[in-house]
Amino acid sequence: MRGAKSAKWVAIAGVVALGATACGGGGSDNGNSGKVDPKGIVSYANGEPQNALQPSNTMEAYGSVVIDALFTGLVHYDKQGNITYENAESVTPDKDSKVWTVKLKQGWKFHNGEAVTAKSYVDAWNWAADPANGQQNSSWYRDIVGYDDVHPAKGKAKKKAMSGLKVVDENTFTITLKNGIPYYAYKLVYKPFFPLPSAALKDPKKYGESPVGNGPYKFKSWDHKKSIQVTAWSDYKGEDKPKNGGINFKAYSKDTAAYADLKSDNVDTMPLVPNSEIANFKQDFGDRAIEQDFSAINTINPAFYTKQWKDIDVKVLQGLSMAIDRDTIAKTVFHGTRESATGWVAKGVKGWTKDACGEYCKFDPKKAKAAIKAGGGVPGNKISIQYNADQPHKDWVVAVCNSITKSTGVQCVGDPVTDFAADTEIRDQKKVKSIYRSGWVLDYPFNGNFLADLYGTGVDGNKGGFSDKKFDALTAKADKAKTIEESAKLYQEAEKELQNSFPGIPLWYNKTLSAHSNNVKNVEFDQAGDPILSEVQVFEK
Amino acid sequence: MGRYVARRLLQMIPVFIGTTLLIFLMVNVLPGDPVRALWGDKPPDPAQVAQIRHDRGLDLPLWQQYLHYMGGLLQGDFGKTIAGNRPILDEIKQAFPVSMRLAVMAWTFELVIGIALGVLAGVKRSRLVDNTVTLFTLLVISVPIFVFGLFLQLIFGNELGWVTPTVQDSENFQQLLLPALVLGLVGLAYVARLSRTSIAENRQADYMRTAVAKGLPRHRIITRHLLRNSLIPVVTYLGTDIGTLMGGAVITEGIFNVTGVGNLLFDALGNREGAVIVGIVTVLVLVYLLASLVVDLLYAVLDPRIRYA
Repeated sequence: MRGAKSAKWVAIAGVVALGATACGGGGSDNGNSGKVDPKGIVSYANGEPQNALQPSNTMEAYGSVVIDALFTGLVHYDKQGNITYENAESVTPDKDSKVWTVKLKQGWKFHNGEAVTAKSYVDAWNWAADPANGQQNSSWYRDIVGYDDVHPAKGKAKKKAMSGLKVVDENTFTITLKNGIPYYAYKLVYKPFFPLPSAALKDPKKYGESPVGNGPYKFKSWDHKKSIQVTAWSDYKGEDKPKNGGINFKAYSKDTAAYADLKSDNVDTMPLVPNSEIANFKQDFGDRAIEQDFSAINTINPAFYTKQWKDIDVKVLQGLSMAIDRDTIAKTVFHGTRESATGWVAKGVKGWTKDACGEYCKFDPKKAKAAIKAGGGVPGNKISIQYNADQPHKDWVVAVCNSITKSTGVQCVGDPVTDFAADTEIRDQKKVKSIYRSGWVLDYPFNGNFLADLYGTGVDGNKGGFSDKKFDALTAKADKAKTIEESAKLYQEAEKELQNSFPGIPLWYNKTLSAHSNNVKNVEFDQAGDPILSEVQVFEK
Repeated sequence: MGRYVARRLLQMIPVFIGTTLLIFLMVNVLPGDPVRALWGDKPPDPAQVAQIRHDRGLDLPLWQQYLHYMGGLLQGDFGKTIAGNRPILDEIKQAFPVSMRLAVMAWTFELVIGIALGVLAGVKRSRLVDNTVTLFTLLVISVPIFVFGLFLQLIFGNELGWVTPTVQDSENFQQLLLPALVLGLVGLAYVARLSRTSIAENRQADYMRTAVAKGLPRHRIITRHLLRNSLIPVVTYLGTDIGTLMGGAVITEGIFNVTGVGNLLFDALGNREGAVIVGIVTVLVLVYLLASLVVDLLYAVLDPRIRYA
């Protein structure tokens, strides 16, 4: 949701960018001594969170980054996509991956002194699952037994607690799932699975405004639409103890404004440089520019419910995919900041493999033309690609279209929709005319998240009405695996199978593009595109 | 006079109802569901969507929503935001003082510098001063405002470092100086041009020749006779401009990260926060209506031939 811009803004910033390079990029001397100040405050270009600061009610970027500073969950993952333990001592499934036993590390406390116990988790989840409490992330508990009693599809909660959650002792609880999920531990990384202190459940409004968590930072103040300040918490028990004194989340309404401040060391880092600066940010920041892998993928997906694609021969889709010159477009439109995709799963997650899409994701105009011909051609010999015009999609859509037309003679036009809200509405209502652009950022770093959750028959994320029995059978098999590793392997097979049904045409993997000021060092982003703020070190002034 | 004002105030009521109804309907016609949009590109939770819809009264028929909204408005209740469930009055209370400051400063620039340039150019018509002013105003009017904004931000903020590139505290007058100048530039140019033409015209008027013949001092002729009579078109422009400056500063506020009405309105539009949009517009309509009333009353002050009965 972050970084919505109009085309106008892009144009503007282009003008400035030209000016900036002409002037030699500022070259301000950094006034720091080179020594690190452990009490230094990091400022981060953020925006106003959408909702109150409750973990189970936060899903957009501005709130998420604050919640992550204030709370620590049971588990997290490392760069290879392996589970790491945080507040949990261990999270172990039974042999069917149906009953999960969570043991907590002892001695953890909330910022207000209350002990973090099994009850802090179970009560928080039960509270958040109740629709009356209006928590946006509540559907994350849907795998747990008894969820439907607390959160029926319609109407009020029938019960106050999910029967699948049981407190065993002070530091142990069990989660019973409706069906075994071998990779369930990954889901526990997400914010709705964070604990809450008991007082927060009694007065959620107050604690939403001034949250009390168990994380590395303690809440200090929230000046709406201006800034949120948190300070390092000295009693923190986790591994990721802050290496700075606190964070100032500054609210910006436009990323171009944040970028201007970043250039003058007025803010220390930002989530993503504005699209208009992609060509220049490496020049502007030199060795302070940041480019990191980010587990997200861009695709264009046919609307399989339309007449055009209903009974299409897969060869046509394979042909269209081979007609797209991904590398050249990445170089020209994205200035080399994206990488051509070779499959349907984003890089940096468990189970990612190279070339899952095989030859069909490699540019080959001759083969493309032949394949489309062999498949009987594109009905109407014309396609359109729907995109939202409030974000910078136009340039690459045009480039993809040109590439397709040039290689195969199939006519291709962009189909812009005013903004993202309007775009999703059309997709939800299944009114896309031909093909739509799509993007997916990981929910959890596991290949299944990019497969079953997007292309399974009838799942919520499957917007194109795609359905393939073979694929469904393979994912079902992967979900029954005994271990995460085995499940990831089986999912790889399911991904390979998509070659023969082509639910979407993979285009590129995203990258996090950012930079940091002269005041700080050690700025890194994780594969979900979030900054690792506790590691940032601030120089003495 | 009193009856005239009363009549004008009464006229405001239908205008007020008309505009709010129009905006309310227009927002509802926009594609995209604000409640659904809370989930971004992730699948929404139907139970939660229904809950939020019910809570914010969005499940009622449109006419009921409007009546409900207007009923609340009369009691000073602007409703709550769809995202975050915050009182809209709080958002308006935060944004308007900021925009008010920015607008008044920009307006002062327009008034002082604009009229000064206009008088200078009008009195010394076709001389170097006049040509310079004409050229400068032409430049300002023809170049889009964001170019000036970004250019000045780059020069004073990033290169010279005299100010921070963006405004750090939106309620600080000193920090608002640069954005206010950018915001007022175009208006300033219009005011200079309007007053120049008007002054140049009135300089040929009979009463001017009389004043000169009487042997009045020059500054007295210009300020008391010439300026006063030439200001009517300028006052008309300045009066309506105060509303534009408050609500229409989207670009300037965006460049300098000022948390004013323009930004609030822009975000609300993007998020389809209908109640926020109507709330802001309601206040802006009031500002416009009052400003135009003041302008009309000022006519009588400036030109004694105009009388309101």
